[in-house]
Amino acid sequence: MHEMSLCESILQIVEAEAAREPFMRVTWLQLEIGALAGVEIDALRFCFEAVAPNTILAGAELDIVEPPGEARCVPCDKTVLLTDRYSCCPHCGAYGLQVTGGDQMRIKAMEVE
Amino acid sequence: MCTVCGCGDAHHHYGQGVARAHAPGLSQARMVKIEQDILGKNAEYAQRNRARFREQGILALNLVSSPGSGKTSLLTRTLTDLKGQYPLAVIEGDQETSQDADRIRATGVSAVQINTGKGCHLDGHMVGHALETLNPDPGALLFIENVGNLVCPAAFDLGEAHKVAILSVTEGEDKPIKYPDMFAAADLMLLNKTDLLPHLDFDVALCMEYARRIHPDIEILQVSAKTGAGMEQWYQWLRAHRPEPESPAR
Repeated sequence: MHEMSLCESILQIVEAEAAREPFMRVTWLQLEIGALAGVEIDALRFCFEAVAPNTILAGAELDIVEPPGEARCVPCDKTVLLTDRYSCCPHCGAYGLQVTGGDQMRIKAMEVE
Repeated sequence: MCTVCGCGDAHHHYGQGVARAHAPGLSQARMVKIEQDILGKNAEYAQRNRARFREQGILALNLVSSPGSGKTSLLTRTLTDLKGQYPLAVIEGDQETSQDADRIRATGVSAVQINTGKGCHLDGHMVGHALETLNPDPGALLFIENVGNLVCPAAFDLGEAHKVAILSVTEGEDKPIKYPDMFAAADLMLLNKTDLLPHLDFDVALCMEYARRIHPDIEILQVSAKTGAGMEQWYQWLRAHRPEPESPAR
């Protein structure tokens, strides 16, 4: 359940931001969690609800963008979409795809007041 | 004024998502673009640890596995066999108890125990603090035994040179594809408890194939911490991956 740690990190980042340019609360928070980031979105939402109360994030709406996984297939010389790390290339069936995207965990933007 | 790019618009719309539901109206609401890695802070701590390891010629390894793979037994054997050849140090991560650190200290090697409490993994910050206490000698082999968990520790850089995944043959041979993030992150897989193979249906070749599906370049060594079989290859791997000592300053 590292989703709990992720939510605590999110809170730290937002609090640091609030210290830099003062705002009272966050009403909307946008995250980008790639399909290959190893994060369970439902668990992340659950943990967010546990972390947010009585903080600057209390009541914030969570908007999670989930970019698909992308990988390079060397035999095909193609970039392919990947829903998980254990699948083969949908074109040639080769394994050992090199993940090139969709493993990010980022805070993108927020609406504050 | 916009706080991101200085434009006159007090509100930016991003994409087609729920943001559009928030009409800025006359409220004080404003958009702030952050663009920060959620684990950015951990990455900073990890980099600090890594810089320390580099300066002091320390080879730091992050040992990851399921509970019960024989990590601590493998480690105590390694320490016993290598003692006197190199400076050695251990950071032990467990949710509770100092049992493992006690086992390590029984070999005569200094160890610091981190109890993560409810936490499921070590992070760069915890390891940084453990280093203050442990203060490993220059040129040391530092083994960081992570919490037994094949999921969460994959995401947290500690500043190590390599993650080493330990898988025992009493587990399923399909663990590499069941927990692909960890095997994608590990540079070496130690297949442990091979002395038990005659009693099991474990398919070594299939396990290795699964691991290479996830990580084509992963190195794999078969070992038995109990009998010592294959351990010499592991020690050779350690020797080969120790940083070159820096030439003395003149």
